Amino acid sequence: PYKVVGLEIHAQISSNSKLFSGSQVQFAAPPNSLVSFFDASLPGTLPVLNRRCVEAAVMTGLALNCSINKKSLFDRKHYFYADLPAGYQITQQRVPIAVNGSLSYSLCIDNKMSQMVTKTVRIKQIQLEQDSGKSLHDDVRSQTLVDLNRAGVGLMEVVMEPDMCCGEEAAAAVRELQLILQTLGSSQAVMAEGQLRVDANVSVHHPGEPYGVRTEVKNINSIRFLAKAVDYEIERQIEELESGGTILNETRAFDSKLGCTVPMRDKEGKQDYRFMPEPNLPPLILYNARSLPANMNHQQVVNIDWIHERLPDLPSVKRAKLVEQYGILPEHSFTLLNEAGLTEFFEDVIKQTQMKPKKVIGWILNDLLSYLKQHSLTVKESPVSSFLLADLLNRLEKKEISSTAAKQVFAELWKGEGKTPLEIVKEKKLQLIQDQEDLERICQAVMAIKSGNRKVLNKLIGLVQRETQGRSNPVLVKQLLEKKLSE
Amino acid sequence: MMGNTMSLVSAALKEGRVAPTELCQRCLSLIKSTKFLNAYITVAEETALKQAEESEKRYKRGQPLGVLDGIPIAVKDNFNTAGIETTCASNMLKGYISPYNATVVQKLLDQGAVLLGKTNLDEFAMGSGSTDGVFGPVRNPWSYSRQYKEKSVPKSHSEDKDSNWVITGGSSGGSAAAVSSFTCFAALGSDTGGSTRNPAAHCGVVGLKPTYGLISRHGLIPLVNSMDVPGILTRCVDDAAVVLGSLAGHDPKDSTTIQDNFKPFELSDLTDVSKLSIGIPKEYHAPGLSSEILALWSKAADLFKNAGAKVIEVSLPHTRYSIVCYHVLCTAEVASNMARFDGLEYGHRSDMNKSTESMYAATRREGFNDVVRGRILSGNYFLLKQNYENYFIKAQKVRRLIANDFVKVFGSGVDILLTPTTLSDAIPYMEFIKEDNRTRSAQDDILTQAANMAGLPAINVPTALSERGLPVGLQFIGRSFQEKQLLTVAKWFEKQVKFPMIQLDEVKRHDHGVFQHQKSASFLEHRT
Repeated sequence: PYKVVGLEIHAQISSNSKLFSGSQVQFAAPPNSLVSFFDASLPGTLPVLNRRCVEAAVMTGLALNCSINKKSLFDRKHYFYADLPAGYQITQQRVPIAVNGSLSYSLCIDNKMSQMVTKTVRIKQIQLEQDSGKSLHDDVRSQTLVDLNRAGVGLMEVVMEPDMCCGEEAAAAVRELQLILQTLGSSQAVMAEGQLRVDANVSVHHPGEPYGVRTEVKNINSIRFLAKAVDYEIERQIEELESGGTILNETRAFDSKLGCTVPMRDKEGKQDYRFMPEPNLPPLILYNARSLPANMNHQQVVNIDWIHERLPDLPSVKRAKLVEQYGILPEHSFTLLNEAGLTEFFEDVIKQTQMKPKKVIGWILNDLLSYLKQHSLTVKESPVSSFLLADLLNRLEKKEISSTAAKQVFAELWKGEGKTPLEIVKEKKLQLIQDQEDLERICQAVMAIKSGNRKVLNKLIGLVQRETQGRSNPVLVKQLLEKKLSE
Repeated sequence: MMGNTMSLVSAALKEGRVAPTELCQRCLSLIKSTKFLNAYITVAEETALKQAEESEKRYKRGQPLGVLDGIPIAVKDNFNTAGIETTCASNMLKGYISPYNATVVQKLLDQGAVLLGKTNLDEFAMGSGSTDGVFGPVRNPWSYSRQYKEKSVPKSHSEDKDSNWVITGGSSGGSAAAVSSFTCFAALGSDTGGSTRNPAAHCGVVGLKPTYGLISRHGLIPLVNSMDVPGILTRCVDDAAVVLGSLAGHDPKDSTTIQDNFKPFELSDLTDVSKLSIGIPKEYHAPGLSSEILALWSKAADLFKNAGAKVIEVSLPHTRYSIVCYHVLCTAEVASNMARFDGLEYGHRSDMNKSTESMYAATRREGFNDVVRGRILSGNYFLLKQNYENYFIKAQKVRRLIANDFVKVFGSGVDILLTPTTLSDAIPYMEFIKEDNRTRSAQDDILTQAANMAGLPAINVPTALSERGLPVGLQFIGRSFQEKQLLTVAKWFEKQVKFPMIQLDEVKRHDHGVFQHQKSASFLEHRT
């Protein structure tokens, strides 16, 4: 069967104030401390559009290859709920700010990240709308507590067409969108803080037949859970249909503890939102270089071209540049971008070391990253700074220590006791012995113990190493032994 | 003095002939003795006196803030006033004390005006009689005027003299009555389908509906966002121009106000009307128009003609669709605007607490009167997905046609339109309530609605007394943002007709003082 997955993603706009009012946007503030008169729907208050939110939406639209509508409209979507003070949400139902875009994302064919394939999902539209407040149901005391801090915060709703076919694709697409939003700065897109919310629309059908009935899956709190929820729902639908049942066009919630989707209780029948144009907001007019009137104060208008010129490099471009500039593999560039701050760390190290990037990347991805993951730390929290790592790698490059020794030093640095690599090397006596005369003497001493048998050359090298506690340069030792043996 | 225009009183204040506190006291005590009019819902005595005291200090220093400094004014109770109850004459907002001032209120206060109180209205401004608020109906001051009493024939000797009082019209009846009975020198109303002009006509005062987008609606509790405007009620056209000058202009808090700079203007005395072209829209000869008003309208047209103006008949063919169009658009917006009244954040909250839904339902049933609830139901019906195209979208298109009628006429060289404001003079309350609110509104709004649909400025100028001794006014409709021209013509007309001053005993009792000798004269004095 064909599996069809579409996504509705709400990204909270990163701005100082809300979409239509001047109250602050802040996570985890005391309840009802960031509520303006307008947010509380006090009668007589009017919406005033926040320019920064418009710019964020334009940036996002451009980054997703959308057409930006030079004229878009605001509408009221009516329903009654405790966290919606006005009894309606201001959104863009008729003509949203951006339409018809696309997002490319990559998947690994197997789990080893060694073969990547690029997929595309169409972006139907991006619309600006208000976030609602939060309501907490206290069943014990039979009451509902309402916090309006979030009411009115700006959202970009990004609608992805049902071009995806499984949890992995959905997850990869959302991950890429998250990176794009974070790169643009239009949203911090942290799912755990509710800045990125994803609802999945899932249906299945046999090839050649029309699309099946779709269900909407909500309450997905992480990218990992997104993949799980989608895959579970696909399976559930297939099982249901194969056993002769039908799929209801309903909304289901993902239960992360049980790993399944369950029907949501309070959706009684279809809602008629009674959409109506928002009469207090004129149409949103955007300009580009061509349509900008000559005497218009540029601070009063949003110029699409101006924003386009200032877009930062998107993740896909950044990755390509990293591959080209440093000769690393594409899979490496994905990992670098996937971890906040890792690319900067990598590039900082490169700047401070002579070691080739192709070798540095190994240290970054295999050593640094695995230590970070083991200790659940972010790059920012790394006890090993780029300076320290670069220092260590320089010593390795200069052959002051062996790579085994370097790993040992790294482990020491990780303890974060403030010692430099040099200090650790000295302390643990890890320096490679470079002095030829020294090594000659040691070799002679060893040879005095064993007879000059060519076959045991390697054994001799091993013995020398043991004798010198691994500090002798093996290449030099081999040369010296061979010389001695040939004498 | 109480009957004087604002400009005259302002001059008196400046010259020290009367003090702001004295003026304020007189107004407050007149309010008390005209309490039977029920024009005021809240009288803010303490704060008003404080404001008057502050004004007095400024005058003593020789630094008044402007013409409005120390002038007692009243504000319709659907404008937010910080610290003073704002009820919209509804149970839903009884006891509601707003934390902020509407922009227009703030502007008046910033100019030193003295806010006497909040005036009565139809609940949430829905109605054309000012009879359907929870605080009871407003009585037209002219019901108690000598002019009316002389003309009215008592039906029986034992009849209660109060029983044939007439309505003020609505929904800004309280504001109109307040200005008309001399308790204040200017008042704010609101105008969505005629709610400022209608009561102005019935109460014999000037009622100005400005162009949509000229004056901020921030803080005006909305009825129909796309049609509402703050309205200005005064005793003469010059006063309206002064108040307009202090209120108009872009407000960043209201995205529907225009950005252009507004220049307050003084009205010149028009001497030559020969360059003026007055349009008489034939469709405004509406069914139900009294023969009296028809005759007055005709007489007014002749007045302009004889003075040399070009007076031509014009057509606004879509006028007859305006009532149904208005009904659809108004109720749809009402349904939307009233959705916020759920008892959660402010206002009345029902004791019903079984569930959120039941609390909402009970709150709204208890808080709103039948008129409001009826409009909400209608509006929601029109907004349903299956109806939206046939009703809302259709009505929007008809609205465009109505607006285009005016564009065409004004584009053909007509400067101002002259029409009646109401179908008849004010009718007795007992007769008015025989029909329901919806019927009455539909009837009464026909002459005033279209200006709201098109967003145009319009003004009622009191013209003459009817056979029953009650005021009749005529309406001028102007081009968008051409208030200066509109008011200039209105002022000329006002001067020609010399509308008589109301003869109210209550006022006479209060009015001892400087201007006693002017009591019986027309109030259209020349300015000093």
